[in-house]
Amino acid sequence: MNKTVNQKAWFFVIPVFVLVAFNAIIPLMTVVNYAFQETFGNNQFMWEGTRWFKQILVSERFHAALGRQVLFTLIILVIQIPLGIFIALNMPKEGIGVPICLVLMSMPLLIPWNVVGAMWNIFALPDIGFLGHSLNAIGFDYNFTQQSGDAWFTTILMDVWHWTSLVVLLSYAGLRSIQPAYYQAAEIDGATRWAVFRHIELPKMKKVLTIAILLRFMDSFMIYTEPFVLTGGGPGNATAFLSIDLVKMALGQFDLGPAAAMSLIYFFIVLTVCWVFYNLMMRNESKS
Amino acid sequence: MSLELKGIEKKIGEETHIYTTDLKFEKNTINVLLGSTLAGKTTLMQIMAGLDKPTKGEIWFNEQNVTGVKVQKRNVSMVYQQFINYPNFTVKENIASPLKITGIESQEIDQRVSKVADLLKLTPMLNKKPNELSGGQQQRTALARALVKDSDLILLDEPLANLDFKLREELREELPKLFKDRDCIVVYATTEPSDALLIGGYTATLLEGKVIQHGKTLDVYNKPNNLDSAKVFSDPPMNIANINKKGEICSLLGDNVTWKTNLNLRDGSYKVGIRPHNITTYKEGKNSIEISGKVLISELSGSESMIHFTNGDLNWVSLSEGIHQKDVGEETKLFMNSDEFLYFDNNDRLVGNV
Repeated sequence: MNKTVNQKAWFFVIPVFVLVAFNAIIPLMTVVNYAFQETFGNNQFMWEGTRWFKQILVSERFHAALGRQVLFTLIILVIQIPLGIFIALNMPKEGIGVPICLVLMSMPLLIPWNVVGAMWNIFALPDIGFLGHSLNAIGFDYNFTQQSGDAWFTTILMDVWHWTSLVVLLSYAGLRSIQPAYYQAAEIDGATRWAVFRHIELPKMKKVLTIAILLRFMDSFMIYTEPFVLTGGGPGNATAFLSIDLVKMALGQFDLGPAAAMSLIYFFIVLTVCWVFYNLMMRNESKS
Repeated sequence: MSLELKGIEKKIGEETHIYTTDLKFEKNTINVLLGSTLAGKTTLMQIMAGLDKPTKGEIWFNEQNVTGVKVQKRNVSMVYQQFINYPNFTVKENIASPLKITGIESQEIDQRVSKVADLLKLTPMLNKKPNELSGGQQQRTALARALVKDSDLILLDEPLANLDFKLREELREELPKLFKDRDCIVVYATTEPSDALLIGGYTATLLEGKVIQHGKTLDVYNKPNNLDSAKVFSDPPMNIANINKKGEICSLLGDNVTWKTNLNLRDGSYKVGIRPHNITTYKEGKNSIEISGKVLISELSGSESMIHFTNGDLNWVSLSEGIHQKDVGEETKLFMNSDEFLYFDNNDRLVGNV
């Protein structure tokens, strides 16, 4: 068979290419440009090689921010994934309760991120906020603007409130796709509730849970807006996660070179974890 | 051993799913529940299993009232239309799963698993996971899980419906052999009359939540006690025509087709039910009757031809062996085998089948 040669097909690729170029490649390349040079404005650049990268990689400040970030993401995943599954398991399966629960669950997801931060900021203020005031009234010494433990507690609580719904909705969708016959078969076998969860529900939810973990990892690892509005990274640097620290460095101190190097390293970490995760997922997929 | 439904009725809200039903299944029998979708087969099976409670009535097993006894305590197993296996267990673990809970020694479990696996030709796949298997093998695994338990009651809810044609044929032939010599009652739900005929045993025909007829499969097929039962047990659908009987002569209303009958019936109007395979392009039986018609559609399968035609106001279906090509709109002659006619009175009750 003769293949037709038609170079016009390239025209169809151009829109995608232009789009990706403008929203990903060109900005990224600008960052790469800054990461290897020093600038004092006026479009004057001096070549610095890998100096910024070396500087960032040994910087204690970066290590601390990365440590906080990893800890935060781990705590978020450990709380939100089991909690989300637990809520999904206990949601009604039919009747008027279904739409009510679904709408209630979706609400936090629909609120703009900065509004979430502002809401929780006011909610948690020790003098006038409902949460802050109540905690103090029942005897806790709670002040998230001054005590780093409280700041962490509030940030995590806020994120759990904001994002657990996503895990719930995904798990619920996964659970609903299990045919009732599975539960009947388990009932006939006399399986316990735990066995049903372990051997039917969990394996059947594996795919959506993988997606949930991936999404929650990425979002929490790159979290910026909510803690920025809630704590501004404080007190001190207690809740300055990677992105907050990055913005401080780039826009607060105007250290464009090191900031660019740091964002590339940051980008590389997210990319690597996602790649590893994706491969694990696909390997399981091809095995089954 | 016997399973008896006494005056079972099932209502969900205002809607009746099963009308008052009495059924008795004997020891070591295969019983087919035959009916279209929504006829109530699954509901009835779930009541038998104890997965669902009847609104009214009692279930007796081995002369014991088991109404309301939970399914775990009943020694029942069930196979579904979907291939239900534990997704993260291997085939071996899946088959063993109903035994593990009962606390049987692992050596005996292994023995029983390998015996059943052998029976169902699953031995080479024992270490695979269900989703590495074909649909047929998955359903074999589900069957093995049902068999390994030595249940008193095995319920099969359209187990072949999701399989493709070849696998269905293959498994359908094996099924009756699998249940032979087993000390249990098998109930098999299906929408396909051919399944019932192949499996044999006993058949209960169901229509819209009612059991219309229950008896030996061949008896129900040959002597449906009413028109509904005959319709349920006929695929392609049965041809039904109004006739007039005067003396020995029966005539088709609206057409000049007549035939002789020696049925001992009063003169008057009746209905005749003719299964499609009793109308053929060739003569069959001693008393074949010619009927003419205009071809609507003719469908050819590998070895059979189904010809739809009109005669009078009625659309007829005929099924002949071999390939018989007919053009749409063509006037054609076909032959009805009057030995196989079923006669019904105006209340749709069977009055004669000779």
